[in-house]
Amino acid sequence: MESDQRGLYVPQLEQDSCGTGLIADLSGNKTHALVEDALTMLENMEHRGACGYEPNTGDGAGILVQTPHEFFVRECASVGFALPEYGAYGVGMVFFPAERGVREHCRVIFNDLADELGFDLLGYRPVPTSNQGLGNSAKAVEPYFEQVFVHPKNALAPESLERRLYVLRKFATHQIQDAFPQWKDQFYIASFSYKTVAYKGQLTTFQLRSYFLDLQDETFKSAVALIHSRFSTNTTPKWKLAQPLRYIAHNGEINTITGNLNWWKSKEKLLDSALFSKEELDKLKPICGEALSDSGNFDNVLEFLVLSGFSLAHALMMMIPEAWEHDEQMADYKKSFYEYHKTIMEPWDGPASLCFTDGIIAGAMLDRNGLRPSRYVLTDDDRLIIASEAGALRIDQSKVLAKGRLQPGKILIADLEKRRIIADKELKLSICKRLPYRDWLDKNRIYLSELPAPPEMKEDMEEQSLLQRQQMFGFTREDLKIFIAPLAKNGEEPLGSMGADTPLAVLSQRSQHLSNYFKQLFAQVTNPPIDPIRERSVMSLFAMLGGAGNMLDLAPERARFMHLSSPVLTNEDLAKIRHIQHPHFKSDAIDILFKPDEQKGRLHAAIQHVCAAAEDKVRNGVNILILSDRLADANLAPIPSLLAVGAVHHHLVNEGLRGRTSIVIEAGDIWEPHHFSTLVGYGASAVNPYMAYATIMDLQEKHFFESDLPIEKAISYYNKAIGKGLLKIMSKIGISTFQSYQGAQIFEALGIHKSVIKECFSGTISRIQGIGFDDIAKEVITRHQLAFPEKIIANPKLDVGGVFQWKQQGEEHLFNPQTIHLLQYSTRKNDMTAYRKYAKLINAQDEKALTLRGLLTFRKGNSIPIEEVEPIENILKRFATGAMSFGSISHEAHSTLAIAMNRIGGKSNSGEGGEDEMRYAKKENGDWERSAVKQVASGRFGVTSHYLANADELQIKMAQGAKPGEGGQLPGHKVDEWIGKVRHSTPGVGLISPPPHHDIYSIEDLAQLIFDLKNANREARVSVKLVSKAGVGIIASGVAKAHADAILISGHDGGTGASPLTSIRHAGLPWELGLAETQQTLVKNKLRDRVTVQVDGQVRTGRDLAIATLLGAEEWGIATAALVVEGCIMMRKCHLNTCPVGIATQDPELRQRFTGDVEHVINFFHFLAQDLREIMADLGYRTINEMVGKVEMLRLKTHIPHWKYKDLDLTPILYKQPAEEGVGLYKLIEQQHGIENVLDRKLIYMAEPALEQGQGISSTFDIYNTDRAVGTMLSYEISKRYGGEGLPEDTIQFRFRGSAGQSFGAFAARGLQFTLEGEANDYFGKGLSGAKLIVVPDREAQFEVSENIIIGNVALYGATSGEAYISGMAGERFAVRNSGGTAVVEGIGDHGCEYMTGGLVVILGETGKNFAAGMSGGEAFVYNASGKFEKRVNREMVDLDRMEMADYELLRTLLRNHFRYTSSKRALHLLNNWEEAKHSFVKVMPKDYKAVLQSRIVVAQSSNVLVTASM
Amino acid sequence: MDAKGFLKYNRETPKSRKPQERVKDYKEIYEDFSERKTVQQATRCMDCGVPFCHNGCPLGNIIPEFNEAVYDEDWLRAYEILNSTNNFPEFTGRICPAPCESACVLGINQPPVAIEHIEKAIIEVAFERGYVRPQPPVLRTGKKVAIVGSGPGGLAAAAQLNKAGHLVTVFEKSDRLGGLLRYGIPDFKLEKWVLERRIALMQAEGIRFKTSVEVGGNIDAQHILQEFDAVLLAGGSIVPRDLTIPGKNLKGVHYAMDYLEQCNRRVAGDVIPEKDSINAKGKHVVVIGGGDTGSDCVGNANRQGAASITQLQYHIQPSSKAELTDWPNVPLIYTESSSHQEGCQREWAILTKSFLGDKNNLVKSLQIVTLDWRSDETGKYSFQEQPDFIKEIPCDLAFIAIGYAHPKYEGLLQQLGVSLNERGNVKDSNYRTNLDKVFVAGDMRRGQSLVVWAISEGREAARAMDIYLMGETQLEGKANSELMLA
Repeated sequence: MESDQRGLYVPQLEQDSCGTGLIADLSGNKTHALVEDALTMLENMEHRGACGYEPNTGDGAGILVQTPHEFFVRECASVGFALPEYGAYGVGMVFFPAERGVREHCRVIFNDLADELGFDLLGYRPVPTSNQGLGNSAKAVEPYFEQVFVHPKNALAPESLERRLYVLRKFATHQIQDAFPQWKDQFYIASFSYKTVAYKGQLTTFQLRSYFLDLQDETFKSAVALIHSRFSTNTTPKWKLAQPLRYIAHNGEINTITGNLNWWKSKEKLLDSALFSKEELDKLKPICGEALSDSGNFDNVLEFLVLSGFSLAHALMMMIPEAWEHDEQMADYKKSFYEYHKTIMEPWDGPASLCFTDGIIAGAMLDRNGLRPSRYVLTDDDRLIIASEAGALRIDQSKVLAKGRLQPGKILIADLEKRRIIADKELKLSICKRLPYRDWLDKNRIYLSELPAPPEMKEDMEEQSLLQRQQMFGFTREDLKIFIAPLAKNGEEPLGSMGADTPLAVLSQRSQHLSNYFKQLFAQVTNPPIDPIRERSVMSLFAMLGGAGNMLDLAPERARFMHLSSPVLTNEDLAKIRHIQHPHFKSDAIDILFKPDEQKGRLHAAIQHVCAAAEDKVRNGVNILILSDRLADANLAPIPSLLAVGAVHHHLVNEGLRGRTSIVIEAGDIWEPHHFSTLVGYGASAVNPYMAYATIMDLQEKHFFESDLPIEKAISYYNKAIGKGLLKIMSKIGISTFQSYQGAQIFEALGIHKSVIKECFSGTISRIQGIGFDDIAKEVITRHQLAFPEKIIANPKLDVGGVFQWKQQGEEHLFNPQTIHLLQYSTRKNDMTAYRKYAKLINAQDEKALTLRGLLTFRKGNSIPIEEVEPIENILKRFATGAMSFGSISHEAHSTLAIAMNRIGGKSNSGEGGEDEMRYAKKENGDWERSAVKQVASGRFGVTSHYLANADELQIKMAQGAKPGEGGQLPGHKVDEWIGKVRHSTPGVGLISPPPHHDIYSIEDLAQLIFDLKNANREARVSVKLVSKAGVGIIASGVAKAHADAILISGHDGGTGASPLTSIRHAGLPWELGLAETQQTLVKNKLRDRVTVQVDGQVRTGRDLAIATLLGAEEWGIATAALVVEGCIMMRKCHLNTCPVGIATQDPELRQRFTGDVEHVINFFHFLAQDLREIMADLGYRTINEMVGKVEMLRLKTHIPHWKYKDLDLTPILYKQPAEEGVGLYKLIEQQHGIENVLDRKLIYMAEPALEQGQGISSTFDIYNTDRAVGTMLSYEISKRYGGEGLPEDTIQFRFRGSAGQSFGAFAARGLQFTLEGEANDYFGKGLSGAKLIVVPDREAQFEVSENIIIGNVALYGATSGEAYISGMAGERFAVRNSGGTAVVEGIGDHGCEYMTGGLVVILGETGKNFAAGMSGGEAFVYNASGKFEKRVNREMVDLDRMEMADYELLRTLLRNHFRYTSSKRALHLLNNWEEAKHSFVKVMPKDYKAVLQSRIVVAQSSNVLVTASM
Repeated sequence: MDAKGFLKYNRETPKSRKPQERVKDYKEIYEDFSERKTVQQATRCMDCGVPFCHNGCPLGNIIPEFNEAVYDEDWLRAYEILNSTNNFPEFTGRICPAPCESACVLGINQPPVAIEHIEKAIIEVAFERGYVRPQPPVLRTGKKVAIVGSGPGGLAAAAQLNKAGHLVTVFEKSDRLGGLLRYGIPDFKLEKWVLERRIALMQAEGIRFKTSVEVGGNIDAQHILQEFDAVLLAGGSIVPRDLTIPGKNLKGVHYAMDYLEQCNRRVAGDVIPEKDSINAKGKHVVVIGGGDTGSDCVGNANRQGAASITQLQYHIQPSSKAELTDWPNVPLIYTESSSHQEGCQREWAILTKSFLGDKNNLVKSLQIVTLDWRSDETGKYSFQEQPDFIKEIPCDLAFIAIGYAHPKYEGLLQQLGVSLNERGNVKDSNYRTNLDKVFVAGDMRRGQSLVVWAISEGREAARAMDIYLMGETQLEGKANSELMLA
């Protein structure tokens, strides 16, 4: 791996995600059949795993079973040794290095240690394997498998034996890896237990059975089997990364892993166990570490907890707690359990679906968000089957007792000793009530609010003026205007638009805030971001102060902590803490100051001094450590708060003291949300932004706020806004709780030297080096001198800023008055000379660099005449314009770009707002307004079968540069009639795009969506848009493995739409890094030639294009510059609908002011292409293909003038990944999409008469979970022939029996009527486009249909029209973002009808929590006989209204339909008791929608026209 | 700011008094304008992401910020913002051709924001409310600086250098201070009390003024060099561009500046000896040159009661509508100054051939020819005379207003021995001449230009001088941030 470090590829960032499953026999009957079934089930989830460039090298598959004692007895006898009785020996599954000599070295050490730790070696058994059919890359690193059998010298109880085996395994592994670090990856003990054994490796699911011959033996028996199939983003084979681990099979992603490891490191030093001796503990350490995957670390900690006496369920509840903080319905015993345990362990936060077993109990659980599927079946022969998909194992439906899905935060356990299922409630009741947690909390936990008022606070800062202090901490007028005032005035984070074209912090020649060097990380593809507003119930901002020792003690003293409802402390709060008089709490402050005399090492020495003081205080019992820069003055400058917090945090972690104290920061350099997030991310528990408050008070005194906002209110607004901002930043990486975000270091540093990283931000990725301590000091000193100049000057004032708005004195911008003017002038006049002036200004980054590419230059090539370079037309085809929705920009601006791109053969992008069908046909003059690229974003606005069918490219937007990891909102006033129609929504009603795609919570989900889209339009290529960040190359490689045809890498700085300012500036990275990493990683994984790579983000000139091409892109996207050509003058007010040049507005008057012209746009692309051709000629490239990835033609400029960035190390960007022979550097090979033999081919064949002549037809088919996206390809055929209208209703009537795979009926078009007998998996009816879908239970089924799950999660996502009748229950997020579908269902899980904007949903049974969150349109009729529904509705946007006459009639019609199609007993019962039953229905009505309907009625009445509100 | 302000209000600026009324006096031509209306006009500002106005202003006035302050009716803040980039908004608010308004984004498709009016309103409110007070420096550096020339450039430099704590002496060769502001610009555009109000402030701040001292004339330039730690040359570009046609030396043919100075003196109450008097009363006046100077001649001639006024321009008459591609630059379009509105015959594409005089050598007529302007394939324009269109127009008084060639060399510049650049102006490097401690700013450096440019030059030169004197400066620079890393 060492060689990798030369590039940008960071192995720790590899991600994986997977299919998991479990079969348990409750009777404890060990059978071989169960093992067989488990393997079959695994094979049926092959599509959830992946393979690399070699189809026969899997990402990993495995199985964990109970020790097959009889089998081992026989087998060991055959190799010459006898086994004692079950429970008296341990078996280890050892991966030895293949090389014999090495293997024996390892064996000697192991044997010695076994002896030393009190074991007799019984013998080794080579595990018979057959590597036939394995891919070469897997074979190349195939380990040598042996099982080792050991027996304790002195008889031990089984539990003790298990612990001793654990010590031996850990110690032996540490010792062997220490002795032979070069074989670290080769020596591995997969399991070492008396009761379980794991078989796993770098295999596909189909290879597992044949590879391990043991698994095929009839006597190989178990009553439990845990299975796992891995989909990894990397393809470098590593056998040991396969799962199951020792206790779990994990489908998930631990977003907080860095923090968890740091906190663990601190805890580990304080461990004290009744079950392990001090010496044993030393042998175990390190218990986990960075060399493992996140799942591996999780398993290691879980294992330690379990062997230290926690029950498996208890430990899991501690590590993955439910969302308890805001749950008013949760029982107190559970709440107190969770509240108590948060002092022991912060959540390991992130999406997780776990199956687990210790050999005696087996079970599964989901994390609080429940974003990964987990379906279970209980049969009458005592089998519990749990898997990521229903139907993965074919089961006689008549034997099914119950079917269900695990709900968020819930655990299901099968206890094989007690021979029964223990459901979540019973389990948690017994665990939570074991100890009196509530009493302990009541006696020990205190609230900040309860503390006595502090002594009178006196402001002792009179000596310096507020202005001086503001200057010292780097406030600008812009910060006051853009951040502080709006936050205090409105409690909302301000928005901006048009991306960021200012220099990176490390390139800026203005003094920068240290936080500006840290870029927020965000979720994309491998894990979903969360919606912190609509799903607030899972989020928590609770913080706590205090400290504690050994984590293994469940003692009352643990509850001695101070509860904070928010980490933002007012001055009064802080004063209370500072003056606390309490036996359990001791606070003390350390000044974080240094002498600003520009001497080398001053800042570093001060940091070390602060750390030493902190250590000393903590050792003396201070459990609330306050770091303060209040005393900064003319003689002493403040240490940047982030630097101080990071340094102290890491110092205490390293000393094992971190757990004993909490860090509170009181600093002046904190005002915007990003400042808070970095402080918390690097360890602060609470933050006091006293200068922000002082500034707010000053603004208030100067009457800056309208209507004289009282100061208390302004401050509380500000705090509230900061809290919201923090939640948003946490949620974009998918972290739910403050506690687990704290110290999680979810940032990449850009431009910080490793010496600083190592000491203050250890573990943070920082790939290009940059400023050191003395440089940081210089930045502070610049501000300090401004505040305290040697010479007095009249009228001092704050700096203008100039980051968000161009200013002559302000920060540099790529787009400034000169460049905008020259670009517009040149394209309007078709004047290449003017273009060259423009390009020269943009490219002139010698004196002042704005971008990383500005530091690069071309090497000398063998120039060729320009005539030899491929013609301009070839190059024009490689251009795309950025994704901007109709809605965010005007029709005029949008269609002008489309026509221009169609004329030059490039691609325009629809954006996420759908596209008017009238644009699909060419105009008479040959012009075409159709966007070649149709975007599929999380909102799915107007994404119908017809829309998808009319595209050359379907682009899945995973993230956007301006706000990666966030959703969006189109306010109601922008949704006019036209936009409403195109988006299939109600004009006047606001629309929300959720942060995640609700059908992509993991990489295998993305593969599924790609598959769906490929079915929806076989002609179109499918691309995935990613935003640059550390690890994007690894994600891109996963995306390539998920069969995307193209990948777009967006820079962080692009973006035209409205976004929170914090996100525009602080989230994501420049494309230079992301693109180079992508190229390097794809080449390394031999995947580059399967995908086209496109790049975008502030691309302005031919030079930019050339650099992008050399770094690995063969296509380029341009958005902002194209808009400027259309007349955009970077008003940066796109979100206000007031664009004065008619671009980013829907105001009819302003739209008339649009002056853009197709010809201007074409001129621009010609200029760019010509500019690029000239560079190509210079470098000697005839074609783009020749040029892609030839990074050796780039080098760093030699004379970099500025001290700040002259030491940047860009070699990782310029590293050329050596390509093996035959590996292409650009797209050469088409992806295998696996759509040749899908069921739809059969359907299309059968449907021929209907497709060709419109005849009605019907047929029946068997269906399996491997039949995915059924009906999607058929719908494409309908849409292609019949347009958006489709066929007449019910023309094609198909019936299916079995378990349908994912995406059943996705984008199903009008004219289809599908009846599914059996069950369906996730994404049922996604994007429903007019079809009728009916689901009924299997005819043999005996279970009560209305109480059992029959379809999976996220059904009818983004449906636009059509009907669905489901006789049974659906999972989570039913009808999410439905905008026109009608559905009847008999019960649903959590988050039902989320973000719905139209359509009608009828629910005849139970609903889960958070119903109707973000629902702005449509209606739902819910049967609420139990009366529980009211508490499950999120009422933020909806009312519960009484049903009216018309509603009742509609409901009755739908019930009749439901009965007619499904023979539902529930429907029949309701119809039979209609008069009584109807009163139990309640109507869920979105407030905005209602208001719009009412206003329409008013308008209609006033014009004397009678209009009834219609859908 | 009200994001929709520009959709609610139209551009409105103070009305001017009726031409027939105002030609009877030399008072400013504008009527009052309510504060409320000014606030409305400020509301039209869109607070652009890229404020082209702020770039279009040679001073770098932070226009969106003061507009916002006016919108908030916080006149003190507005004044502070304005004052931070412009020492004399009361001048530019009256006489600037407002390149900022040409660059205004709203101006792309609507009438631009009334920036100049707002500027004037801010400074007048500030004077009214006493925000403008003398602010002498707290500390004196002990350095002495001489400034030669009291035009807008010299004054701006003086104000800035004084602010930095240097002891500033301004030398003016004329009997009154202000340079072109005093003797070039007529009172109906800039009443002289406005100038005096400012000079009084500057005096109160400790700046010394010496009038009727011509450095290089009645005192030796070398003497100044010995006496002062730094010297700024701000003498303007005062040598008029010449018109070399027959009859140019006839009586009644004058350089415009001679006329304008005399008019200004008259308004100031000076008595002009009859023999030197240039008076347009009852005369046929021909103004040669279409710039502001020419226009000022027109205004004065009308006030003196000329029989006719003809203004000649050799360019073709531009269209009155700007092209989209002109923005954000000042468009070359047909405009009418207030003086034109008071009465003037404008002739375009005219070349003067010769003045014809009577026996007393008094000019009587002017022979002119119409030009035919054509562009070649490269887009370059050239003209040809159209011999069929030669005519003679009556001319009792002619003013040559075709610009200024370069600074005056004799005296100061020659005595010091400063180098000149290829355009005949003083050569510099960041406002430093080839001589130690000698700096240059304004028209003397950049050639004839606007008052607003002169102020800008004075400010920037002051920075350069402060750095020269002190090694660093805290004076505000147009494009300098104090947050810049060393």
